[in-house]
Amino acid sequence: MQTADKINPCYPLFRDDDYKESLGNKKAQFEEGHDAGKVFETFMWTTTQEYQDLNFKREALTVDPAKACQPLGAVLCASGYHKTLPYVHGSQGCVAYFRTYFNRHFKEPCSCVSDSMTEDAAVFGGQKNMFDGLPNAKALYQPEMIAVSTTCMAEVIGDDLNAFINNSKKEGHIAQDFPIPFAHTPSFVGSHTTGWDNMEEGILRNQTLNEMEGKKVGSNGKLNIVPGFETYLGNYRVVKRMLTEMGVEYTMLSDPSEVFDTPSDGEFRMYAGGTTIAEIKDAPNAYTTLLMQPAQLEKTKKFVENTWNHEVPKLNIPMGIDWTDAFLMKVSEITGKPIPESLEKERGRAMDVLADSHAWLHGKKFALYGDPDFVMGMVKILLECGAEPIHVLSHNANKRWGKAVQKMLDESPFGANCKVYVGNDLWHMRSLCFTNKPDFLIGNSYGKYIQRDTRHKGEAFEVPLIRLGFPLFDRHHLHRQTTMGYEGMIQIVTTLTNAVLEQLDKETIGMGTTDYNFDLVR
Amino acid sequence: MAKLRQCAIYGKGGIGKSTTTQNLVAALAESGKKVMIVGCDPKADSTRLILHSKAQTTVMHLAAEAGSVEDLELEDVLSVGFGGIKCVESGGPEPGVGCAGRGVITAINFLEEEGAYDEDLDFVFYDVLGDVVCGGFAMPIRENKAQEIYIVCSGEMMAMYAANNISKGIVKYANSGGVRLAGLICNSRNTDREDELIMALAARLGTTMIHFVPRDNAVQHAEIRRMTVIEYDAKHKQADEYRQLAKKINDNTNFVIPTPIEMEELEELLMEFGIMEQEDESIIGKTAEELAASA
Repeated sequence: MQTADKINPCYPLFRDDDYKESLGNKKAQFEEGHDAGKVFETFMWTTTQEYQDLNFKREALTVDPAKACQPLGAVLCASGYHKTLPYVHGSQGCVAYFRTYFNRHFKEPCSCVSDSMTEDAAVFGGQKNMFDGLPNAKALYQPEMIAVSTTCMAEVIGDDLNAFINNSKKEGHIAQDFPIPFAHTPSFVGSHTTGWDNMEEGILRNQTLNEMEGKKVGSNGKLNIVPGFETYLGNYRVVKRMLTEMGVEYTMLSDPSEVFDTPSDGEFRMYAGGTTIAEIKDAPNAYTTLLMQPAQLEKTKKFVENTWNHEVPKLNIPMGIDWTDAFLMKVSEITGKPIPESLEKERGRAMDVLADSHAWLHGKKFALYGDPDFVMGMVKILLECGAEPIHVLSHNANKRWGKAVQKMLDESPFGANCKVYVGNDLWHMRSLCFTNKPDFLIGNSYGKYIQRDTRHKGEAFEVPLIRLGFPLFDRHHLHRQTTMGYEGMIQIVTTLTNAVLEQLDKETIGMGTTDYNFDLVR
Repeated sequence: MAKLRQCAIYGKGGIGKSTTTQNLVAALAESGKKVMIVGCDPKADSTRLILHSKAQTTVMHLAAEAGSVEDLELEDVLSVGFGGIKCVESGGPEPGVGCAGRGVITAINFLEEEGAYDEDLDFVFYDVLGDVVCGGFAMPIRENKAQEIYIVCSGEMMAMYAANNISKGIVKYANSGGVRLAGLICNSRNTDREDELIMALAARLGTTMIHFVPRDNAVQHAEIRRMTVIEYDAKHKQADEYRQLAKKINDNTNFVIPTPIEMEELEELLMEFGIMEQEDESIIGKTAEELAASA
């Protein structure tokens, strides 16, 4: 019974007899479901190879997508610029979704506005909403830049952002010189990573395209860093730290590491940190631009190469030892600054971590899913550890990415038993976890349902989830972790190894039965 | 290399946009120009005379088959026909379902991303469905796309209404960007004083009638064979008409922001040319019985 003196949440409250009875009655009298035997029989069928074959023939249905939509990425990208208000041209509900998504991941507020298109805007076009929305947003929230993206509603009716923004300025709704970059971000094309790329390109284009006169590659002595859709705040910090230790000046083109990690000191900061307009305008003068997640930054790359005339080096996401080495050596090559002792020592520590833990990771089988670059970096780390990826899945990757990952697997003995899946969802992953059981599943919070389902079949079938990726809703503070650089390597190996040891403890905790391996020292 | 010129052809449904466009483009190709046609109409009949095919397989059709547009390659959607003319059809849904406008947006974005607008093209022609019914059909005239718009019309009332309406649409885009009205193409229906009428309309809209294409059965003869007149019977006098149209468009520099006219003004014009009868306001809303009583 729920009482005012002691308020219980649904668990354990619903385990009380009165609730059990009430829920049982509801099921018996109103749900009209099949009996438990039939439900379990069907459940068991969904775990078979036969079901998996049917599942992979699925054409017109996505179940549990492992991706989000374009404007979500656009909002993250815009949030990384100084005093920039993300403005979504379209309907209100979409924007509420973007905000809660980031709220739940970062445990921080997310400031973002919509121009609330409704039925009439769908018929007449959304220009009027923009005429009102832009000046209102500016007056209320005093941004220095408004970055406009779109929801599917505005895209389906073909709203032309360029024309609408120009008209808003021409008709005096907002000042001519107020910066309003924009990006068309239809949700039904690509994913959140595409949206990030589009918004980034829109912002860089808006601030530099017509001001290229007098810009000279290399003249400011800096390096540009484009993070891509990155939700590990530690990654922004580690890249900045490594460059600082090398004595390399840089411009991080979108840096939300402050605004999504503000201190609790009584003051609400709607805007915090972020790349300034002056820094964007100066960015074409850098030596070059490094893309942290190249598989998802094609549009930005094209713009940087064609308009800024930067030679963008071919690098992979700096995850694991090799690719962090490659990143630092490239930075050193471009800037002429040597890699300092401090980073050499850090690399040595990462190698030591690997040496200490590899025995536990060697031969362990992993299933893995997430955004393309992250997954690629994780495959690299697993192979470096001697662990064996067996199912590698990215919903929002393309065929070229699939080939590149396959090539990595082919080059390592630990990749021999792995298959790469492009464009598949978590319901596919669920089948794979039943028919060819990995020791662990690596992915975002949504993977917990796969763990629950595999556990439902029986303890021996349970695939424990290791939480790495985005979003992470059901564990706290993981978003501050680092996955890039030697620091990221150390943190990931720590996470993986301890997951292996946790599992071993769980299996050997039986007193007098399995505890012959319940050792204190591992 | 001369700058790529992008032109959009609009006009009332059934007026002969696709036929005129293809004959015009064939004439341009014949004179050595490199041209691409982008059909922006779910019916996908903008390239059949160039390709001698029933209907070209469209971008949206192929995308639906492949799963998504991202899985397509440029070669899949681009066919080359008479005179090296590159042909693409955006395609779209069956009548009554889905969103044809979005199909146009998707197809044009795809062409841009895949680099269809390559170095040595001289002209791109967008052949756009009947009326500019929604934002999607205005895609070809967004910034950095078609800068010149030609409206195909004839001396019929509804065709002229449509031409005026399209001009209204152009004004919206012209005010925020570089799109301009480049002229009216009169595709003759053999009505009385048709050339004078269209010239008068063009003058009111602030533009000119760039060419008067006379009616000739040769067009239909060629069309039965899925060919343009230029290809079917190059010596025919109708072929020369299209050559003249092509030359005038090639030499055209008269690009304006149109001045669409009010409905009353348009009706006056039609009455002046005897296409519309003077209205007798006293009979409006009266039943036969009432009229008989008042007579």
